[in-house]
Amino acid sequence: MTMNRENSKAFRHAVMAAIAALAITGMASPASAQRDPAYAEARASGQVGEKMDGYLGIVGAETPALRRIVNDINIKRRAVYSKRAQANNATLEEYALTAGCQAILATSPGEKYQAPDGSWKTRGSGAPLRDSRCP
Amino acid sequence: MKIPITFGRGVCVLPIAIGLAGCITVNAPEEPIVIELNVNIRQEVIYRLAEDAGTTIEENADIF
Repeated sequence: MTMNRENSKAFRHAVMAAIAALAITGMASPASAQRDPAYAEARASGQVGEKMDGYLGIVGAETPALRRIVNDINIKRRAVYSKRAQANNATLEEYALTAGCQAILATSPGEKYQAPDGSWKTRGSGAPLRDSRCP
Repeated sequence: MKIPITFGRGVCVLPIAIGLAGCITVNAPEEPIVIELNVNIRQEVIYRLAEDAGTTIEENADIF
């Protein structure tokens, strides 16, 4: 009897700890979520870049692997844009373009982005060349 | 911009039968006005959405 009571007590503690751990990781995951290693590598090597329209683009020669990475990211981005555009009473294109402004601004030196004339640029230490409407 | 439009309207109202050629010159100066208006509206929208878009990018760091 005592053993059972101790066991059930321990079990309850374990369950509560598990719930607490789940809650903490669940809360922390959006902020700590990191890029997939293949995507991070393609980005750092300049094979993919930020386009003006808020989506990712292939900079040089297209390969099936790059296309897979870019499509995967862009499908996910589109879903997020769609949700946020609706919440802000904006169109998908308006929200995506705004995100493009911000995503280009957020590029690190060495990464690629699309300039207003459509050409690919490498981000330097200064401000990127952006659409005149970008904030 | 205003001068060609007022002139164009005058031309359009008077010759009703032969007015087609006159109407084309009216439509041409109106076009740039419309485009400029769209640019202004879009910029306003972008400014309104900028903060939310910035937060969205931060919260979805894995796909940006």
